[in-house]
Amino acid sequence: MKTLKLFGAVLLLGTILGSTAEAKSLVYCSEGSPENFTPAKNTTGTSLDAARPVYNQLVQFTPGTTQVEPGLAEKYEVSADGLTITFHLRKGVKFHSGVNGFTPTREFNADDVLFSFNRQWKDDHPFHKVSGGAFDYFNDMGMPDLLASIEAPDPMTVVMKLKTPNAPILANLSMDFATIQSAEYADFLMKKGTPEQFDQIPVGTGAFSFVDYQKDAVIRFKANPDYWGGKQKIDDLIYAITPDATARYAKMKAGECQIMNVPNPADLEAMGKDDTINLMSQAGLNIGYMAMNAQKPPFDKVEVRKAIAMAIDRDAILKEVYQGAGQKAKNPIPPTMWSYNNDVKDIPYDPAKAAEMLKAAGITSLDTDLWWMPVQRPYNPNAKRMGEMVQADLEKVGIHAKLVSYEWGEYRKRAQAGEHQMAFLGWTGDNGDPDNFLAVLLGCNKEGKPNGNNIPKWCNTKFQEDISKAAASADPAERTKLYMDAQVIVADEVPWLNIAHSTVFEPVSKKVTGYKVSPLGSHVFVGVDVAE
Amino acid sequence: MIKFLFKRLLLTVPTFVALMFITFLMIRLVPGDPIEVRRGERGISPERLEILRHEMGLDQPIWKQFGDYVWGIFHGDLGTSVISKTPVLHEFLTLFPATIELSFFAMLIAAGLGIPAGVFAASKRGSVYDQSLMGIALTGYSMPIFWWGLILVLFMSNTLHLTPVSGRTDLIKYFYPAVTGFATIDSLISGQKGAFADVLRHLILPSIVLGTVPMAVIARMTRSAMLEVLEEDYVRTARAKGLSAWRVIGVHALRNALIPVITSIGLQVGTLLAGAVLTENIFSWPGVGHWLTESIARRDYPALQGGILLIASIVIMVNVLVDLTYAAINPRIRYGK
Repeated sequence: MKTLKLFGAVLLLGTILGSTAEAKSLVYCSEGSPENFTPAKNTTGTSLDAARPVYNQLVQFTPGTTQVEPGLAEKYEVSADGLTITFHLRKGVKFHSGVNGFTPTREFNADDVLFSFNRQWKDDHPFHKVSGGAFDYFNDMGMPDLLASIEAPDPMTVVMKLKTPNAPILANLSMDFATIQSAEYADFLMKKGTPEQFDQIPVGTGAFSFVDYQKDAVIRFKANPDYWGGKQKIDDLIYAITPDATARYAKMKAGECQIMNVPNPADLEAMGKDDTINLMSQAGLNIGYMAMNAQKPPFDKVEVRKAIAMAIDRDAILKEVYQGAGQKAKNPIPPTMWSYNNDVKDIPYDPAKAAEMLKAAGITSLDTDLWWMPVQRPYNPNAKRMGEMVQADLEKVGIHAKLVSYEWGEYRKRAQAGEHQMAFLGWTGDNGDPDNFLAVLLGCNKEGKPNGNNIPKWCNTKFQEDISKAAASADPAERTKLYMDAQVIVADEVPWLNIAHSTVFEPVSKKVTGYKVSPLGSHVFVGVDVAE
Repeated sequence: MIKFLFKRLLLTVPTFVALMFITFLMIRLVPGDPIEVRRGERGISPERLEILRHEMGLDQPIWKQFGDYVWGIFHGDLGTSVISKTPVLHEFLTLFPATIELSFFAMLIAAGLGIPAGVFAASKRGSVYDQSLMGIALTGYSMPIFWWGLILVLFMSNTLHLTPVSGRTDLIKYFYPAVTGFATIDSLISGQKGAFADVLRHLILPSIVLGTVPMAVIARMTRSAMLEVLEEDYVRTARAKGLSAWRVIGVHALRNALIPVITSIGLQVGTLLAGAVLTENIFSWPGVGHWLTESIARRDYPALQGGILLIASIVIMVNVLVDLTYAAINPRIRYGK
């Protein structure tokens, strides 16, 4: 505690001495406190956003897109068999100096890359258990099963060997979990006897260096003068932690912050009319769906699933639940994603035909359940209301759906176990690769059993072949073709009803320039400027 | 007096024991555990869930978990937050000064306005002043904190631009380390010009919002206590002696009327801490109220257990202090007569 206070005082002095009268500040009203500042340990957007200004990855997303571009690796090559990726590291990259009493004695090199991945991968790594050993994303993205080895033939080259070819890996490595941290800083803290500070006081290579964090109040960063991408136009980046959406908007109106996260849907109209606010929007990389459990009769019959899909008026849902801030979905992946199949024919709303099809399938009356999520999500802002609307639609074709809900953790666990008959859920993409939707949400294992996140519990051999082949292929054209075919199979089989892709809104002060809304829902302040 | 104090403190022991049981068990009755809640729609495989539950000790039998918890408490260890991985006591001590500061200013407003309002209403019993003041007090008492806070922000900050919207300080103009955790003190220590005034400006709205309900309670309690006292013979005697109205009310009557008022102020500490949960959310106030709501949402068992136990202990201790204060004012209570 004393050390932290001393650290704070030193920082304060440094800031006062270092600041100039015309320091330019950007205040971002964030929604909460981070769990820590190591992205590999976090899964929430709030925590990942808080660490992002400090760090870089070997490859990274171009701001505002899901395109992968070089980051700390200035170039990389993938071998012909797709099993080896060689990263050539950027020279002259410096870690932040002066944070937590740490002064780097060397520039960024392969040791830092090995440290960052081995910490997550190897149980016996000295930092694996520091602050708990949960590296969720590393495991979720299947890295332990995929990696054969990571080696450094020389200080500026890293060779990553895979067990099987995997095309999405570059998109995966652009994600926050693949952040590169300083091995030298880790050693410094270990010698000091405070290894846990590694995850609390971050040192990275990013555009901003960490200055101060006061829980539930503020996070401060300052522009890194030695940033390899060039010094930023803003001097101070401040996260004003403001949990209430209405308070965030009030702060925007009062000029207390220039960018805010997660606006209240009810405030969007007023924000759009506000002269001082630029209400930026981006089609969300998400899908909200209603799964029909293909392992439970009568949902094991394609014609029944199709009839149910046909009985539901999604236009009304778009209007009532999404209040126009979304688009009707016909595929499981959003239209902004490469390989989206626009030729797929959407299921029309036709309750009369739906009733006929159900009758043909031998169903004149059916009692079932319909699960609605107890939380508000970007892909489903009001699942209860959606449930009521679907219930009313289904009633018209003789299906009596009972609305069911559970506590959120319980809901997901039971849905994953396949206890439901029909259930709402959705997904927000991590990296812009179709594999991150199709394989994660509709994939099955080698034994033909649905993966945990496959909520419709639907397995299809041809679909599985296509997506597995696509994941292993390094040819973008071939991958596109395979994913397009896979979408046709989903449209024919209707394991779930695609409901909507919601739009993501971000209110930004008109004084701010250069800010881009990320389709991934992340917040990036590189290249942003603010008028005085 | 020492015997009284001892007896009073002894009575708190069963309360603490019950608190430990209740906080521990109630939290676990809520469905979902920290790992599952954290995973959201990403889900988790049963194998991985088992590993993480083991790491956090959640796979232990419930009696073992409770034993460890009690053992920890007796050793001054309230556990480590499963979310931030920092000791619960450290998190609490970091955030609690903000709550104390806010509650102190809220109570200052509540007592500073509530007592004079109650005295004035009692002295003008039945008049239009009395009825208006009590009407206002009733309105204040019935006001939903969330709504009241937002209305004040919209009016005072967004329309009149008189006060800041939220937070404890102007983040662009001022930056000083949290040495004590009390922004008023830290701003003074920093020596930055205008920093203290800026903190006070930030305190205005949240203190009014948090102080509204206690103010109403104190005003009503003061009025009724005063009315009772004003009927007493000694007050009539004081009046008969020709003492000024101010002296009769302000010195003779008020002093005796203060006993139930002090009780209600003591009881309001609980109300303040409960109200802080909402007020801190509206005003982005980094105190324990907001921390606890977050801990509930994330099922952070150690943070919740420790936080609730500490807050409840503080409320209990304040009540003991109130009892001691009466004993000091009224010797009959002290001797159990």
